[in-house]
Amino acid sequence: MSRPQEPARVMSRDEARALAKRVLGFSTANETRVSINSGSRGNTRFAVNQVSTAGDNTDTTVVVRSVIGNKVGSASTNRLDDTGLKGVVEASERLAKLTPDDPELMPELEPQQYREGTSWNEGTAGLDPAARAAAVAKITGAARGAGLVSTGYLETTATAQAIANSKGLFAYNRDTGAALTTTVRTPDGSGSGWAGATSNAWDKIDPAALGARAVDKAKRSVGAVAVEPGRYTVVLEPTAVGNLVQLIAGSINARSADEGRSFFTKPGGGNKIGEKVVDERVTLVSDSFDPETLGAPFTADGLPTSRVPWIENGVVKNLNYDRYWAKKQGKEPTGVGGGFFSGSLAMSGGTETIESLIAGCERGLLVTRFWYIRPVDPRTILFTGLTRDGTFLIKGGKIAGAVRNLRFNESPIFMLNNLEAMGVPVRVSSGESGSAGGAIVMPPIRARDFNFTSLSDAI
Amino acid sequence: MSPSRRDFLRTTAAATAAGLVLAGTGRAETAERAARLTNLVSPGDPAINELLMKALDAAKSAGADYADARVSLNRTQAIFTREKRVGGLSDNETFGVGVRVLVQGSWGFAATNELTPDAVARVARQAAAQAKASRAAERRPVTLAPAPGNQKGTWRSEAKVDPFTIPIEEKVQLLLSVNAAVMKNPQARFVTSNMFFLKEEKSYANTEGALFTQTIFRSQPTVTVTAVSKDFKDFQTRQSTDIQPMGRGYEHVTENKLEENAPRWADEAVQKLSAKPVEVGRYDLVLHPTHLWLTIHESVAHPTELDRAMGYEANYAGTSFVFPPEKMLGTLKYGSPLMNIRGDRSQPGSLAACGWDDDGVQPESFDIIKQGVFVDYQTTREQALWLDWYYKKLGKPTRSHGCSYSQSWADVQFQRMPNVNLLPGEKDLGWDDLIAATDNGIAIIGEGSFSIDQQRYNAQFGGQLFYEIKGGKIVGMLKDVAYQMRTPDFWGSLDMLGGQKSYFMGGAFNDGKGQPSQSNAVSHGCVPTRHRQINVINTGRQS
Repeated sequence: MSRPQEPARVMSRDEARALAKRVLGFSTANETRVSINSGSRGNTRFAVNQVSTAGDNTDTTVVVRSVIGNKVGSASTNRLDDTGLKGVVEASERLAKLTPDDPELMPELEPQQYREGTSWNEGTAGLDPAARAAAVAKITGAARGAGLVSTGYLETTATAQAIANSKGLFAYNRDTGAALTTTVRTPDGSGSGWAGATSNAWDKIDPAALGARAVDKAKRSVGAVAVEPGRYTVVLEPTAVGNLVQLIAGSINARSADEGRSFFTKPGGGNKIGEKVVDERVTLVSDSFDPETLGAPFTADGLPTSRVPWIENGVVKNLNYDRYWAKKQGKEPTGVGGGFFSGSLAMSGGTETIESLIAGCERGLLVTRFWYIRPVDPRTILFTGLTRDGTFLIKGGKIAGAVRNLRFNESPIFMLNNLEAMGVPVRVSSGESGSAGGAIVMPPIRARDFNFTSLSDAI
Repeated sequence: MSPSRRDFLRTTAAATAAGLVLAGTGRAETAERAARLTNLVSPGDPAINELLMKALDAAKSAGADYADARVSLNRTQAIFTREKRVGGLSDNETFGVGVRVLVQGSWGFAATNELTPDAVARVARQAAAQAKASRAAERRPVTLAPAPGNQKGTWRSEAKVDPFTIPIEEKVQLLLSVNAAVMKNPQARFVTSNMFFLKEEKSYANTEGALFTQTIFRSQPTVTVTAVSKDFKDFQTRQSTDIQPMGRGYEHVTENKLEENAPRWADEAVQKLSAKPVEVGRYDLVLHPTHLWLTIHESVAHPTELDRAMGYEANYAGTSFVFPPEKMLGTLKYGSPLMNIRGDRSQPGSLAACGWDDDGVQPESFDIIKQGVFVDYQTTREQALWLDWYYKKLGKPTRSHGCSYSQSWADVQFQRMPNVNLLPGEKDLGWDDLIAATDNGIAIIGEGSFSIDQQRYNAQFGGQLFYEIKGGKIVGMLKDVAYQMRTPDFWGSLDMLGGQKSYFMGGAFNDGKGQPSQSNAVSHGCVPTRHRQINVINTGRQS
């Protein structure tokens, strides 16, 4: 039998403070920042209705940033003995001495006040390989029972992050993440269905329900027929909406907009803050303290995070200003670490359900999720990608059957201008890879004129 | 190992570590400080072998039928500049151990950054416990094909100059000179230039007696120029895709003459602003190796991975249209008879080159597609046995092709592609010959946007530079070009390809697969090709 696992090992606040103090003790630079990331990841993969591999690892990385005069260097290590820590400080300082002056250098922050992070969950941190295998069995058992083949991935993470600098700033947070995704296929490969969920709290994920949803979609996706590529009204499930709306993050940088190389550049110069860019029902917000989108209480350079509306009622309210660009432009730096990637993003929604969105559609396509989404034209945030694992034709307000997968060339901006209706937002699986990722909350939507450019034979 | 021997190793190791890290400081480590160290070893240290053996012993004691252990020190250096400024300069290292065990046909894996005998034994036991926890009643147990050949020794990338020995000032100065050369063109308003280097020292042992150490280098300089139109309505970029990442040392930077090339990249970015938008339609495409490598990667290398074909990656990377194996091997017409594809991990300078894979197997070169017909998959020791019937039919031994790889000590190894290469044609043709033979087409240089479905049928590719070909000549630049393809049709339409003189190796550091997603570094050698009547779309939509 399996022996009891050690609980997830992350550094406590006191341990992180002590480690940071040791590192700062070696520094001779004018300013030094120490960033610590400590934690563990456990995962179980399954394929062909059984566990295929599993893995558990623990690691602690220390990143040192040194400022000497107006020069900056950085180095990282995971060797936590004195030799390793002294070595990483020396490497960082050596680089700082050898680089030219940085005209964009910003001084380290003074000590800040932070709210307490709340995204740690004991149940997630304590989920051991036996519990992971038991959860997986609920899906593999259901698939086997239905004569289908399940594949999937369960991941938990438990991490602590700390920042300390030579001015006395200290920030500490710990969080957990859990993700479970599954793709169920027919043995002959003629049908495929997907379901997935993420949360910081493992007990909010229901493996049996996910398995049932994927099994149902796999069965219903058999016998897909071809439809002509072209413009379609689409009902997008929340995961598919999240796949596309998150792409706006890559263009949210204020500096790129001001420099003329972004969708958010205003023709003639300047940026689009204050301009309406999407349907007025659309609001996009990052808020690390919203219970649905919990994230870190501080940014990578130690700024407290705050609620940031990016788009409010269709109008651009904020772009992401780092400390340097904010100072140069006379703005406040944005309290998110790297835009949406601070790990939280929520979109406004409506009262509809998937069923009512379908009922309101005369002819269109229902999309479960998108895949291999890659940029095509940054001027319009145009991306390409394909539907996958559950694509259905809607006729007269009802699902008429499965359709073959299609490639799109579309922009989330165009899509959110063509919005017809929205449903209740829910937390979605944020990335294509099925890792725990950020806290992304999206509604299902119905939008017209979604641009599909070719058919795929893939199932 | 006796306590006294262990203490000796500990002291030696600490001194070695101190010597590596603190060279030139003149400060001697005291015995007292050395005794406080928690991480005891450095690459090349005999203590690493002791740790590996400790891991294997602990795994066997915990019930493992097979185990392997990897200790790796992964050093990277990244330098980022934009215009006149150094935007980032960092040296990074990660050092740790991963232990994989097979208990009654079930895998387990655990890893830690604590390189002590106690920690190594702990993760070995953890991996064994996990394997037992993952086992279920109804299951197909994992078995391993034999690993033929020598499994002891050392291997090193053919890097002439260790990038970590080149002073940082020299690298920074080169990048800033490149930026200055770009910005002599007033419309090339923005430029970023970067360098990335990796040196990985990896030791491996398994319970079958394998024990080896490998030193792997990877290098890539990149330059991206952005031109912005005067009215702020358009911007275009040119990436330095003619310089691809390689498994080489600093000579890869110096030999590629960044400063000499910089003005051309700037000109090309600016030219793209006034290039003619492409008219949609079917064209003959002439594809440059700096572009084609990525099309090969997506449409040939991925679908011929056996784990994908068998459904193991269905939840993320996807499955494959090359399925089921019994109907595909030796039968599937993948492309035109001009198409010959080989898997290879021996080419000097290629990113996937190695002496042994992460199963402890000496890789072999193998045919994947011969004269347009699919003949073999990429395999690991676990997978080779799945094709036992096929190899028996051919009268070949059933062995792994050596395609096991893990991105770091912290991740479990699994099937990853070797270099997958398109072999040169028999005629000694080059790029210009293919252009000259084409009446109405588009020439595409450099990789750009890319996307392909989860079974590798339907793909769409952009590029860096697009040129209109009329009557065998390039008549002007195009923009907003992407082609859409169905894999067997695209490769079936191949009707001309370059010879040995036009062979070039492209590649990527960051081929993603697996859950959690791992990066594989892989090269794709290829020659220019021509494909008839491919569907081209215009990507420059405004609403």
